[in-house]
Amino acid sequence: MRELVFTIQKNQLIAKHMFNFVLTGDTSDIMKPGQFVNIQVPGFFLRRPFSVCDWRENELTLIYKVVGNGTEALSKMSAGQELSILSGLGNGYELREIKNPFIIGGGAGVPPLYGLAKRLVEKNITPKIILGFNNSDEIFYVNEFKSLGLEVTVTTLDGSYGVKGLVTDVIDNCEYAYVCGPLPMLKAVHKKVSDGQFSFEARMGCGFGVCMGCSVKIKDGYKRICKDGPVLNYSEILWDEI
Amino acid sequence: MIDLTTTLSNLKLDNPIIPASGTFGYGVEMAELYDLNILGSISIKGTTQNARYGNDLPRIAESSSGVINSVGLQNPGIEKVINYELPNLAKIFHKPVIANISGFSVEEYVYCAERVDKISNVGLIEVNVSCPNVHGGGLAFGVDCEKVAEVTKAVKKVTTKPIYIKLSPNVTDIVSIAKSAEQAGADGLSLINTLLAMRIDIKTRKPILANVMGGLSGAAIFPVALRMVYQVHKAVKIPVIGMGGISKAEDVIEMMLAGASAVQIGAANLIDPLICKSIIEKLPELCERLGIKKLSDIIGAA
Repeated sequence: MRELVFTIQKNQLIAKHMFNFVLTGDTSDIMKPGQFVNIQVPGFFLRRPFSVCDWRENELTLIYKVVGNGTEALSKMSAGQELSILSGLGNGYELREIKNPFIIGGGAGVPPLYGLAKRLVEKNITPKIILGFNNSDEIFYVNEFKSLGLEVTVTTLDGSYGVKGLVTDVIDNCEYAYVCGPLPMLKAVHKKVSDGQFSFEARMGCGFGVCMGCSVKIKDGYKRICKDGPVLNYSEILWDEI
Repeated sequence: MIDLTTTLSNLKLDNPIIPASGTFGYGVEMAELYDLNILGSISIKGTTQNARYGNDLPRIAESSSGVINSVGLQNPGIEKVINYELPNLAKIFHKPVIANISGFSVEEYVYCAERVDKISNVGLIEVNVSCPNVHGGGLAFGVDCEKVAEVTKAVKKVTTKPIYIKLSPNVTDIVSIAKSAEQAGADGLSLINTLLAMRIDIKTRKPILANVMGGLSGAAIFPVALRMVYQVHKAVKIPVIGMGGISKAEDVIEMMLAGASAVQIGAANLIDPLICKSIIEKLPELCERLGIKKLSDIIGAA
């Protein structure tokens, strides 16, 4: 973890309430897909955590959803403005040597899975992608996943794009899944897969493990979503309590 | 050369900056960012006799210039703190630390105090009688003069190290509570703990915190904390550690002018993990500008 200054390069609406946010700065603290950064949005007390969508040297891509006052204010910022960022937070996904895993994402949970898919492809692993959205207005990044040469199945609740229904309707025979999305989706997906890694969201205080604001019980004690997570393993999660 | 040293009972600190309990864990995460040995001391995460998971999530809500938490004293229990966390901290921080203890009964306070009193890197024991997040527990002690006196006396009986009682601001008269602690033998006082607060989500029409209420900290509470430190310092002879919303070097000076012998930095650590370091680096220059040669000279000067 380091506290760094990043400069906004791009802050573009790409789907309903979703912004593609590209920043310039030192990304060397980001080691794994699924890690996050904590951004100080001017005018707000607490930092806001955002999962990393993708990164390369000196360029960080985040995709965020406007859900409250903080993200609303962030969406009004423009290129050239600077932000204080705590970078390289959380554990991220562990890239497992499993040949055909599933990557399953829902809505605002899709972004970190792109960075993950890209790195799995680099390791010659071909994940099967399932992305769920409410409707066609909210869809983003489907083509980016396809550009990695991957098979992508999209579901929408209203059937306005892809398969009508939920991601769980199209999960078939899944041994191992990398998952990110809203809690009800994570809970539903866990029943359809045998094993995997699940990324969780939480209201955080610090984002780096000192305040205990986001601890969840697991089978063997507790874990801080910000420091020991946000990615937890299928077998350690207490699905009835989380 | 500006003299930043200060004294808490028999404990001499290189400077008055102490990260507050619950905002710094046991130091290991922060040690990734800077050498903790620049700090005056560290007040470790509050410890109870047995391990506690704490309250349900969400435990964090934001407000203007502040944060409301309802963590509920999550900690691994006194044995693990003594056998694992404190020795671990001793490897990265080579000065005496402040052991913050909590309890749900006089017996639990006594048990925890007696155990940490024997630990070599504990320089001072901070007795939290003021956590707002545990029902029928900490707060009940902290709002009652007699109970504060009872805990203080009982803890003093089994310890040799200085005992500082951490006071709640959620009372009608903090001065009378402070005096009770002093009369019962407290070596010093820490104030203030968080202010009982809440937020409601206007979309769901429900409280944001699962625990409904929590403790407000951060810059928003600084003037309240300052006022209480001022009042208490005037009324007692024992040293006061001032805390509540301190977020910059100027706040440290103000808090010491109000009567604090040392200060704790709490919520500010959560948004700027380097805040204690920045404040320590800025203090000499600020003292110079304000004509302060020895920082401890200004304690209670207001």
